[in-house]
Amino acid sequence: MMKMAKRPDSNGHGLAKVPSGISGLDEVTNGGLPKGRPTLICGGPGCGKSLMGIEFLVRGATQHGEPGVLMTFEETQEDIRKNVMSLGFDIDELIRRKKIIIDHVKVDRQEIDENGEYDLEGLFIRLGYAIDKIGAKRVLLDTIESLFSGLSNQAILRSEVRRLFYWLKERGITTVITGERGDGKLTRQGLEEYVSDCVILLDHRTINQISTRRLRVVKYRGSTHGTNEYPFLIDEQGISVLPVTSISLNHVASQQRVPTGIPRLDAMLGGKGFYRGSSVLITGTAGTGKSSVAAHFAAATCAGGERCLYFAFEESQNQIIRNMASIGLDLSRYVKKGLLQFVAARPSLHGLEMHLGVMHKHIQQFKPTAVVVDPISNFISAGEERDVHAMLIRLVDFLKTLQITVLFTNLTTGDMARETTDMGISSVMDTWLLLRDIEIGGERNRGIYVLKSRGMAHSNQIREFVISERGIDLLDVYVGPEGVLTGSARLAQEASEREEQSRREALTVRKQAELDQKKRALDAQILALEAQFAAEKDMMLRDMGVERTREKTLENLRDEMGRSRRADPYSTTGNGNSSERTKR
Amino acid sequence: MSAKSTLSDEPKSTGPGSARDGTDRDKYTLRLYVAGQTAKSIAAFANLKRLCEEYLPGRYKLEVIDLVENPQLAAGDQIFALPTLVRRLPPPLRRIIGNFSNKDKFLIGMDLKEGD
Repeated sequence: MMKMAKRPDSNGHGLAKVPSGISGLDEVTNGGLPKGRPTLICGGPGCGKSLMGIEFLVRGATQHGEPGVLMTFEETQEDIRKNVMSLGFDIDELIRRKKIIIDHVKVDRQEIDENGEYDLEGLFIRLGYAIDKIGAKRVLLDTIESLFSGLSNQAILRSEVRRLFYWLKERGITTVITGERGDGKLTRQGLEEYVSDCVILLDHRTINQISTRRLRVVKYRGSTHGTNEYPFLIDEQGISVLPVTSISLNHVASQQRVPTGIPRLDAMLGGKGFYRGSSVLITGTAGTGKSSVAAHFAAATCAGGERCLYFAFEESQNQIIRNMASIGLDLSRYVKKGLLQFVAARPSLHGLEMHLGVMHKHIQQFKPTAVVVDPISNFISAGEERDVHAMLIRLVDFLKTLQITVLFTNLTTGDMARETTDMGISSVMDTWLLLRDIEIGGERNRGIYVLKSRGMAHSNQIREFVISERGIDLLDVYVGPEGVLTGSARLAQEASEREEQSRREALTVRKQAELDQKKRALDAQILALEAQFAAEKDMMLRDMGVERTREKTLENLRDEMGRSRRADPYSTTGNGNSSERTKR
Repeated sequence: MSAKSTLSDEPKSTGPGSARDGTDRDKYTLRLYVAGQTAKSIAAFANLKRLCEEYLPGRYKLEVIDLVENPQLAAGDQIFALPTLVRRLPPPLRRIIGNFSNKDKFLIGMDLKEGD
């Protein structure tokens, strides 16, 4: 009672709620069930309504300090004990610790005669006694409709059931009432008319031979609540309503980057790899190497000392380890170290929700920093494409809140289907790598490119994707007039380019030699001419010297003659001529 | 309370065996569950007492249990409707719920008359 006003509703209306403790249900109902009021859980046979009610009691007793009374009209205490044992609830221990009381109300038409007027005060007394005995805050009535088949005075039953709900409300007991689904009504006896606060409808459908449980909050007076159908599952840990976490877009966007395990791919993604906590999709046709990329990513995560969870929906753990060993990737050592965990299952084993729930559980237990889902395409076989989309959104949201990087592979068939099939999924993905076959020259090679990668400057280049016994390597491709060249064509292209290169080099060398030779010839010519010139110059200089000597000699001679003839020293020239003439 | 205290004083009223189908050796062990000293409880007890005296004189033992005083007894005898008369003997165990306004139904319940 003290806690009555303790948990106001998030919408501020002050409607007190108590957490049911059922995984996911409190998110869907924005906080739990209406405190101190009855809630009707209805559905067909085997939909899980009793289990949900019991889990509500057990969680209350174990996690929220609220003891509970289970008033069962159909199953005995022994039946219930056995049923919930499979959910991991030790009900005997709770009974021993006075946290739970089970009271089986046996309504056997065979041994009951009705004679005149009666009321259900006996039920009130039993319930009140049990509630007081352990200070119960929660009550489960499962299934009170049994009274209607055991007794014939429907008018009395209706007014008494109404009075019972009112009585429980007066006492501030949070009550869950289960009811079997009836024709055109939520319950056979129209219990929904008496329970006006909260009505939850469970459904168990089998589509394409795969069963799916779903939950819908039909009514929740005075509170906002999720109105969709939410899948839920029942396993050895109880009930999980999905989404386990609320769907919202307020995840932390990490700046941290994680390596892809392929250095050249890191380079294509802005040089550093994926963002931590981002979602990565690898699509490609069969045999393009999607799993190999995924395995490299897993190995890189483990090599960094972090944990990676690998959901394999096509191959077994051993098969993957063997196959990756053949390309030089040793995954087994990470498995041994406990850093890598495989969860292998056929997609058709469960419905989508079960898969999602199983994945949630494994993720919560193993606490990885990276998750690989290989491949998601097989889920199409386990559900409708739209459901797969919804499931992946939930998974991605869940992983993003935990800052777990997730890598999905998706097998695509044919070029036409690819774009449309992937479009639905790709909007959820931050990074989309496309692996494709490139068929040229009678062989098939692999190409990889980054179709998109949010928040980073990524390469727009196609790289050839080579898988060898040393692992994955990305190579540049040749883009020529006929498109991208890969494999042998690329090798041929490389060879011919090399040949051309050497041819050009040889030509250059030859030209250079020619040039050198020409220069040498020219130099030689220049030298020869210079030599010739020098020779001529010497000759001429020598001639000039002889002449000058001779003239000097003649002059001296003339002077002497003049002196001897006492000639006039001023008329040298005339004298010279005459003297020369004379001399001759 | 007075229902219990006054009525439990006279559980064994013996009289001449006048039942049509029964024998003198038939002994009825009856337990009437009521909740408090309400008008309903008193009416039910009065009806029952009258019927027993008329059809089972000296052959019955009637115990009245007030569940308001002894709520822990409700579960043991699988009581949910009130008033409930539990016929513990002779076997088989039978429960009659209501205020015993119908005489024939009471006789059928006590195996004193064939059902329809």
